[in-house]
Amino acid sequence: MQTDFLKVEALSRIYPASRGKTAVPVFENVHFSIAKGEFVCIIGHSGCGKSTILNVLAGLDEPSSGVVIMDGREVSGPSLDRGVVFQGHALMPWLTVMQNIEFAVKSRWPDWSKDKTVQHCQQFIDLVGLTGSEHKKPSELSGGMKQRVGIARAFSIQPKMLLLDEPFGALDALTRGVIQDELLKICAATQQTVFMITHDVDEAILLSDKIILMTNGPRARIAEIVINTLPRNRTRNDIHKDPQYYRIRNHLVDFLVSRSRELAVAQDASYDPRHPPEVRPGEAGDEVPSDMPRIQKQAAIHLV
Amino acid sequence: MKTSLTFRAYLLSALILGVLLMGWYLATLPQKAAVAVPQADAEYAALMGGSAVKKSGMPTPLEVGHTLQEKLADPFYDHGPNDKGIGIQLGYSLARVLAGFALAALVAIPLGFLVGMSPIMHRALDPYIQLLKPISPLAWMPLALYTIKDSSASAIFVIFICSLWPMLINTAYGVAAVKRDWLNVAKTLEVSPLRKAFLVILPAAAPTILTGMRISMGIAWLVIVAAEMLVGGTGIGYFVWNEWNNLSLTNVIFAVLMIGIVGMMLDMVFGWLSRLVAYND
Repeated sequence: MQTDFLKVEALSRIYPASRGKTAVPVFENVHFSIAKGEFVCIIGHSGCGKSTILNVLAGLDEPSSGVVIMDGREVSGPSLDRGVVFQGHALMPWLTVMQNIEFAVKSRWPDWSKDKTVQHCQQFIDLVGLTGSEHKKPSELSGGMKQRVGIARAFSIQPKMLLLDEPFGALDALTRGVIQDELLKICAATQQTVFMITHDVDEAILLSDKIILMTNGPRARIAEIVINTLPRNRTRNDIHKDPQYYRIRNHLVDFLVSRSRELAVAQDASYDPRHPPEVRPGEAGDEVPSDMPRIQKQAAIHLV
Repeated sequence: MKTSLTFRAYLLSALILGVLLMGWYLATLPQKAAVAVPQADAEYAALMGGSAVKKSGMPTPLEVGHTLQEKLADPFYDHGPNDKGIGIQLGYSLARVLAGFALAALVAIPLGFLVGMSPIMHRALDPYIQLLKPISPLAWMPLALYTIKDSSASAIFVIFICSLWPMLINTAYGVAAVKRDWLNVAKTLEVSPLRKAFLVILPAAAPTILTGMRISMGIAWLVIVAAEMLVGGTGIGYFVWNEWNNLSLTNVIFAVLMIGIVGMMLDMVFGWLSRLVAYND
């Protein structure tokens, strides 16, 4: 039996109420688990507590109740075992690319020699394709390059798990695509366990093995967990050739547009927060869905 | 022909200087007192051995220029307590300012870190800071003289107290305003508090801290002149007061010019330091 690497149990978070109001939990009774090497995305509208969940996993925030167990130990406070890529890249502007990564590597391995540290940093700078920009300051880099440094920094400490808070939100579509491909490659090469927040349905399908769908907050909960049944060696260029892609995409878009709101008020009688329903929309029969041609046309327009 | 902006600005500066000097020159021209002065006065003037020319007490630009040349040719002579070169007087003032400023920095920067990082310390110390900040540093002088019993050290104390507040307030503000993201990075990397203070908070707050130091230095240089007028003995402030007692306005003008030049150079040093620690976010 496969043991779960990360387990989230009965997590909820209540922010203190403002005057004259009762405190309503942002999310409550959230259960999910992540296996080693798995790439999990979480999708939901603003205010459903995605970022709070990520911060709890990172140890930067504390849940009101519930526990997070990673690798058999309870998560309490930040740790070098979990690398975080922040939404706003969070590079220190007074340090160069190399120094920013060195800061992380020196925190992880304070006893390493200067040479070894630099060599290690260089390896990760090369990995994200920033060779030649080692001695530039963040202000001299484009948004995409800054985010790559953020990713290199998170990977450089070789964490057991990587947490990404909407890392590509501020990037243009073209840059985003390139970095997504690179992230995919790096994760495949390093067998990294990843938890990522995204608003981008296509990004979720491309990158993740499992997509957690949250209902609208407050009192958000996991509506269902979508298993990505597309083969794992997918690439941005041919992912849309697989009919499964459209079924999954439709399912996700449909969820975001209407079901996230509907499920927030009325939940199924059989719903069990400990085991949110797992669905595999990609495998929904081999017959071509009736709206298939329309979507393909849309996609074609989109690509042009 | 189109000349560069810098060149035109220099030209204009030179022109303004020329106009000012000309105005000064014209205002201090010797005036023939023949018309308005009654006969008796002319006789009196003749008796006094002068021609009937009324000489203004204000020195002419040429006189000041002459003094400038003379004093700067030998700035470090020392002919007793009341006759020292301008370099020595400025040196005394600078030494006092630097001593008071350094002491203030030693107190203000660590204390500013504490106030900036701890909300409770901020609340607890804020009333004191707000109360003490608006007090003129010279108001402390009698207390300083009484307790320290040394005039030179009292001047240093006055500089200390006036440099303290801008540095303290700016450090606290700079430290409190360090981006959450950077602190979170340090947290997730399990950085020790000391390493975080020196490698994250200090560089992040450095531009704000330096602005505070620059303001403090400016105030300290303003205050030292007044303080030295009070305590006497040595220093550029004492020099100004002494020359006033000598009724040598030429020397006073010369000293005023020197105070301005040194103050400008001190500010330039801090301007250069701020550029060193500045970063583009």
